[in-house]
Amino acid sequence: MSQFAINLLFVGASFVLYIGIAIWSRAGSTKEFYVAGGGVHPVTNGMATAADWMSAASFISMAGLISSGGYANSTFLMGWTGGFVILAMLLAPYLRKFGKFTVPDFIGDRFYSRTARVIAVVCLIVASVTYVIGQMTGAGVAFSRFLEVSSTAGIWIAAAIVFLYAVFGGMKGITYTQVAQYIVLIVAYTIPAVFIAMQLTGNPIPMFGLFSTHSESGVPLLEKLDDVVNALGFQDYTADVDNKLNMVLFTLSLMIGTAGLPHVIIRFFTVPKVADARWSAGWALVFIALLYLTAPAVASMARLNLMTTVYPEMAGQVENYDAAADNALQYEDRPGWFRTWEETGLINFEDKNDDGRIQAYNDSNEGFADTAQQRGWEGNELTVNNDILVLANPEIANLPPWVIGLIAAGGIAAALSTAAGLLLAISSAISHDLIKNTINPRITEKGEMLAARISMAGAILVATYLGLNPPGFAAQTVALAFGIAGASLFPVLMMGIFSTRMNSAGAVCGMLAGLLSTLLYIFTYLGWLFIPGTNMLANTPENWMLGISPLSFGAVGAIINFAVAFAVSRVTKAPPQEIQDLVQSVRYPKGAGVAHNH
Amino acid sequence: MADEKSNAEAYWKANVRLIIGCLIVWALVSYGGAILFRPWLSGIPIGGTDLGFWFAQQGSILTFVALIFFYGWRMNKIDKKFGLEE
Repeated sequence: MSQFAINLLFVGASFVLYIGIAIWSRAGSTKEFYVAGGGVHPVTNGMATAADWMSAASFISMAGLISSGGYANSTFLMGWTGGFVILAMLLAPYLRKFGKFTVPDFIGDRFYSRTARVIAVVCLIVASVTYVIGQMTGAGVAFSRFLEVSSTAGIWIAAAIVFLYAVFGGMKGITYTQVAQYIVLIVAYTIPAVFIAMQLTGNPIPMFGLFSTHSESGVPLLEKLDDVVNALGFQDYTADVDNKLNMVLFTLSLMIGTAGLPHVIIRFFTVPKVADARWSAGWALVFIALLYLTAPAVASMARLNLMTTVYPEMAGQVENYDAAADNALQYEDRPGWFRTWEETGLINFEDKNDDGRIQAYNDSNEGFADTAQQRGWEGNELTVNNDILVLANPEIANLPPWVIGLIAAGGIAAALSTAAGLLLAISSAISHDLIKNTINPRITEKGEMLAARISMAGAILVATYLGLNPPGFAAQTVALAFGIAGASLFPVLMMGIFSTRMNSAGAVCGMLAGLLSTLLYIFTYLGWLFIPGTNMLANTPENWMLGISPLSFGAVGAIINFAVAFAVSRVTKAPPQEIQDLVQSVRYPKGAGVAHNH
Repeated sequence: MADEKSNAEAYWKANVRLIIGCLIVWALVSYGGAILFRPWLSGIPIGGTDLGFWFAQQGSILTFVALIFFYGWRMNKIDKKFGLEE
């Protein structure tokens, strides 16, 4: 059987599974559509949350970024897990006690203000749509590679699949579909990593392999990797970073973004009890950690494998890297995976010094220029797109074809599960928060369901259209969405629970200040509404304020949000007594009951 | 009524104290051990690199998981102690 047929088989079989589950567990009522009857076990819910939350950015993109950035990109690992600590302690149990369906429900009721509710809906939609754009792009790349179609066709196929099970399934369908997707994606991520860890270190557990000895050379794996990349003019894989401020802010931005993302928060409305909301967050993180502890091993091992593919003699070398560097791989002898990825345009080779060999090195390092010249190199000849690394990893390590088919199914599961959860959050924000609670309170249950499905279809179309010309790599787009959610929604949610004094004027001003300042900073460097060429400053570190990247600005936006909300609430009237009583009541688990409608 | 109110207040204080404790650990491993204090921890070798690198790529994630379960376990006890469990 050809690799193409195997990919098709794995991806096709996983789809049949998801769609089958979606049809089998179709939502019958509005309540089931949103919160799956409030009867989901914490472990099941944790698994579904993990699938919901781990997207193309975690599965396809992240290890590639760590692989190229080394220690500096550990921010993704800490940022995308640490947020669950905040979520479990500062938000989830109280929002569960509050017992409504959506984030704008909470903000609208807690701040007794229609304006606050509408602004929360806007924040939610801006963050979620930005996020879905990244997912559609990621899914499109995976589909186009494995089904061997154009990336445009890949995105439209992804859109059709998401439409089917999100629109007809609702939350209940999605909960069980996502449990299946979690299992597919974690198996797909782990199996190749185990094989590769065995090959390189003899240790079958990737997270331990990362810190053990590289079998072929006998030195510790990370030391080996440092030596290899160093011999090619790159900075050490484990090197420390100078701009600690940006690193701290970026990590913080991803953490509070996790806690402020509406499609993650909505998951905690689906557990029976307040205590279960705390456990659910813990279980979600356990299931996420299984992938996140494997990812750094995948990243470093893939980098080493890639480099030793290009310079085969470097693998067993302990000191004479110069000789090994001279015997780079002949372009004629390149392996099969190299050829297939070349066709997608995501790997490029240009023989600058006409010696027929592939020289991959860091040609922007001035201190290395002399060495390169001595070796007869005239510029880096190999460019590998970060986003292909996880997908190409099993091929680079010569693993059997079924492992490659498996990772195709896993990558697509990751992108689709998150897109579906986000679309549900967007559609409930529009049908429930905007239409039912603001524009037309008399809408029937049937009418509300219809509105939810129409807005879901609309959101898919918009995201797919924007996904054809995305603002950046999948992970970059997703990090922006986290920044927006963290700057706009998180501070207000937290103050709504921890401060009885916080009032509607404070919340409204805070959300607006956080959202607008963050969007302004992002658009300054990345273009208005992400339209290329409309940015006012080039997106380079020299242009950033205090060295803060647009990806890190969410944390600053959140601080602005907190400060503005605090100041405004102190000079305006305290909230009415019944609201202060409401805040008191969400703090205690007793008498939570099931999530209820208005 | 007054008793109920002061009981509730004491419960909330215990919760906030626990949260602050957990968040201090949370910040120490990630922003501390993995980022800001890494230069000072560079003398402690671990598997071909230093302790700060381990915190950044594994240690903080493991600590986060432990923290959430610790918090859930402690809160269940506090819920019972104050008679506020469901």
